[in-house]
Amino acid sequence: MSRRPRGDERGGTPPLLVPPAAVGAALLVVPALALVVRAPWSRLGPIYGEYRFWDALRISIETSLEVTALSLLFGTPLAWILARAHFPGKAVLRAAVTLPLVLPPVVGGIALFYALGQHGIVGQYLGWQIPFTQFGIVLAGTFVSMPFLVVTVEGAFRSADRGLEEAAATLGASRWRVFAHVTVPSIAPSLAAGSVLCWARAIGEYGATSIFGGNIAGVTLTMPVLVARVFQVSGDPEGATALSLPLMAVAIVVLVALRDKWLRSAPSS
Amino acid sequence: MRRRIGVLLAVAALTPAACSSSGGSSAPGSAHAGGSAAALSGSITVFAASSLTEAFTTLGQQFDKAHPGAHVGFDFDSSSTLAASIQQGQPADVFASASPTNMATVVSSGQVNRPQNFTRNQMEIATPPGNPAGIKTVADLAKPGVKVALCDAAVPCGATAEKVFQNAHVTVRATASEPDVKSTIGVVTTKEVDAGMVYVTDVRAAGKQVTGVPIPSSVNASTTYPIATVKAGAHHELAQAWVAYVLSPAGRKVLAADGFLSP
Repeated sequence: MSRRPRGDERGGTPPLLVPPAAVGAALLVVPALALVVRAPWSRLGPIYGEYRFWDALRISIETSLEVTALSLLFGTPLAWILARAHFPGKAVLRAAVTLPLVLPPVVGGIALFYALGQHGIVGQYLGWQIPFTQFGIVLAGTFVSMPFLVVTVEGAFRSADRGLEEAAATLGASRWRVFAHVTVPSIAPSLAAGSVLCWARAIGEYGATSIFGGNIAGVTLTMPVLVARVFQVSGDPEGATALSLPLMAVAIVVLVALRDKWLRSAPSS
Repeated sequence: MRRRIGVLLAVAALTPAACSSSGGSSAPGSAHAGGSAAALSGSITVFAASSLTEAFTTLGQQFDKAHPGAHVGFDFDSSSTLAASIQQGQPADVFASASPTNMATVVSSGQVNRPQNFTRNQMEIATPPGNPAGIKTVADLAKPGVKVALCDAAVPCGATAEKVFQNAHVTVRATASEPDVKSTIGVVTTKEVDAGMVYVTDVRAAGKQVTGVPIPSSVNASTTYPIATVKAGAHHELAQAWVAYVLSPAGRKVLAADGFLSP
């Protein structure tokens, strides 16, 4: 919005950065553009009807929002602990928290069976059906997506202004009050950025969900799994392309809107 | 997931003379292991339905042994995935499908030579070891609370399972829908479902990891497996020799030992 001050010109973009930046942008944009160019625009309606597309989109949107909510609820405190608390084994815990980022997705699905299945090391004591349910999809999504929120927010907690917190504490605020009324508001942009990353990962989640989720149309079949099935099992790359368009549209609308509303004031961005 | 068995070896030049008579349509045995095809060389990729994993792996080892200069590599996946891959131009020399439907798509697109049926497979209920849910009949799968893994209806094992349900006049609602038969039996072995509908051969191949519940022939259904050479393949002679080997008595013996039926 506000124009850059004139004196900033000297600190402008070094020309050497432009070519690699253009290549980088092309690598990301061209494949997405190719999908739009090659999409079977005239057959979208029949394709969406044939594959029960709206059910899958609804399930994906619902579960990805629930994943984001769960990740905020549990991931924010976890990020605070990782950033501020001192306890033995913290380095190991931090590594474990980021493990889902590198774990092959299929292994993630099998790990969830072993943990939360009816014979799982935790699941056997729970007595609820978790695999092959929407709740199972939310847990699988949280498993792979929450690390994005934790890593982002942990960095923010680390670099948050301790002076304000100390001032609040000196004035008699309890630890909880300082956390809830000083620290969290001061890192709101990072919370928003972490949530968006987490949500984006969740709505595109395929691997663990396809193993753990059940993939039943109208119940547990998410958009990314449906797209994979349409391509691999039904042998219909055009159908898969058509189905991916609305997901892209939703993602672009959300990311552009949030970028303007929330992420503008994010530090160092 | 695709399981690529065997790495494609360096491709030696084909020696055309020895095997030129053993076309895909020739009588079984003409390219019988060790027979006239001893001079075969090169390397081919066989796209095969995942239910053929064990039988074809055994046959491939025997074939390679009989033809020291030749190598048969496999790509095992659902027949529909493989048919789609062929349509998209992925290099393959032979396609062995678990149903005529998936073969028909590549026949009609003109990408394979005339297919021949080489075997047949029937369905069986696979349960976790010991059959903890006490599944006895196909109708038991339709009971409320019984968790069943099925193949996607678009792949042969899913379509054949659906025929069994029609024969038994039941409607089974799947708890998990899997992209191919090996994934379905995989879910059964995790014990997270009470049963899965798979092929007889998969139950046999899974050994102690599952307990099979045979389906009476009055309600069972079968699927026929066609095999064909791919026109775009680079090594036709070797591809035809492989097809002939699968159709030969030696090939049928291995298939039968794994529980496959004659076509």
